[in-house]
Amino acid sequence: MPSKARVAVRKTYKLFIGGAFPRSESGRTFEVDGNNVALASRKDARDAVLAARAAFGKWAGATAYNRGQILYRAAEMLESRRGEFPAEEVDDAVDRLVWYAGWSDKIAQVYGSANPVAGPYFNISSPEPTGVVAIIAPSSFLGFVSVLAPAIVTGNTCVVVTPAAVDAITFAEVLATSDLPGGVVNILTGSVAEVAPWLASHDDVNGLDLTGVDNAELALTLEQSAAGTLKRIIRRSSPKWTDDPGIGRMTAFLETKTVWHPKGV
Amino acid sequence: MLALNSRTTKTAFDVASSDAALHRFLHGLPGVDKVGAEQRTAALSTRSIKTTAKAYAIDLAIRMVDLTTLEGADTPGKVKALCAKGRHPDPADPTCPSVAAICVYPSMVPTAAAALKGSGIHLASVATAFPSGQAPMAVKLYDTSAAVDAGADEIDMVINRGAFLAGRYLEVYEEIVAIKEACRSAHLKVILETGELVTYDNVRRASWLAMIAGADFIKTSTGKVTPAATLPVTLIMLEAVRDYVAETSRKVGVKPAGGIRTTKDAIKYLVMVNETVGEGWLDPDWFRFGASTLLNDLLMQRTKLATGHYAGPDYFTLD
Repeated sequence: MPSKARVAVRKTYKLFIGGAFPRSESGRTFEVDGNNVALASRKDARDAVLAARAAFGKWAGATAYNRGQILYRAAEMLESRRGEFPAEEVDDAVDRLVWYAGWSDKIAQVYGSANPVAGPYFNISSPEPTGVVAIIAPSSFLGFVSVLAPAIVTGNTCVVVTPAAVDAITFAEVLATSDLPGGVVNILTGSVAEVAPWLASHDDVNGLDLTGVDNAELALTLEQSAAGTLKRIIRRSSPKWTDDPGIGRMTAFLETKTVWHPKGV
Repeated sequence: MLALNSRTTKTAFDVASSDAALHRFLHGLPGVDKVGAEQRTAALSTRSIKTTAKAYAIDLAIRMVDLTTLEGADTPGKVKALCAKGRHPDPADPTCPSVAAICVYPSMVPTAAAALKGSGIHLASVATAFPSGQAPMAVKLYDTSAAVDAGADEIDMVINRGAFLAGRYLEVYEEIVAIKEACRSAHLKVILETGELVTYDNVRRASWLAMIAGADFIKTSTGKVTPAATLPVTLIMLEAVRDYVAETSRKVGVKPAGGIRTTKDAIKYLVMVNETVGEGWLDPDWFRFGASTLLNDLLMQRTKLATGHYAGPDYFTLD
């Protein structure tokens, strides 16, 4: 049989907002490694924050066990699609997801405490998620997974901005098939300099991870505008992603609630 | 413009002389083009309102809000808080206008009247066994006059949908006339509850019926029935108002209520008002929004325009 030339099915990489894959509201695109990719605008950022805020209550209220299951599921899905990701990073990325999945129901034991008090009370400090976190992701795939997983495993929802669009949106397809509720992770592909300032100044964003900002001056202005609403911040840095991550990225976006409870003799 | 024939123009609405005459008149109104109405509103919704026009529209929309609380769980404290919010919707910004009115249940009117004293904000009370309207006439009349006595200067009544849908138009008409009388000097808004009227033709008929009976405002919904206010339904009511003015020279206001939650929605309504009845209705005396959550979104958009960054709900009161 003569071989028939097929018409190529080309893929457009779109944004990931509220569990769906919409084009940019602005209709703009840009090119990454020969692929057509949506270029996010400030209004996409606004929509993403709305989606993240809407998803927060349910995700923060889910049991730690359930959040861990879903992260582990994401690791499974990533494993099964490993061919689509950079070969030298995908093993570590899967392991990183599994590692953080394990932390979901342990972080409270490590970071919370039962405090001795002078009175007939239990006094318990427990960590709670901060809310909506805006993340400027580093360009490496392992880096992307390593900033995303710790933010959501504790119950935050997030809006991630990255110029490394192809891996990010392929990873969004992994998340979309992992039972992760829509809106917990929202991914905006495009220019950090264009979108990040709107997230940094947004009154409804509670945390800001500047790890992936490659311009020191931009990082400084972002920190300054984030100060207007007292956002929790992870400062710009370029760690070696294969190192042991520690729990710092999880605790950065946790708040401690302390309650007194009568012992009821 | 709707071409009504001379049969209708003879009137200062002696069409209400009998059930049969009223029936003939209302069913003689031209039918509504459903697809056309929906297409028209969809087209108007695509208008882009930006910068200074948007700032104007937001302030206008705030001035048009009937800030509403109609819950079984309403307490005097909640009503007082709502009145305070109506006076100064954004306490951080003294240039923010106050709302048009506060809308409450009759039992909350005295509390609201005290809280609004001297503010110039109108006090609307729902009446006539809101939201179902299923009560004896004497009860409805007492409900109305009690609210007026307690200080309400606007009454939101519901029409008798049971009678309307059964075709007993004169009964509905007489009820509105009687309530209008019980309102004395208070403005009467007539709620058609379009979500229960089933067809657009019925919305047009109910609008005319209410206006002929003396309504100062026609209002879409109670907010207790879905669908509540929609753009096509409001368009049909605006068209009825426009045609009624052409016939009688009496101006009637329109109030969509329920389901309008975002600034974007509100601006769509304002565009439609301007395109259908004209600028004369772009005024809180002639167009209102019955809403509660809408106000916060308007304030957030207003803050965004003023500060240049997106606002969040954490910085505004819940009710």
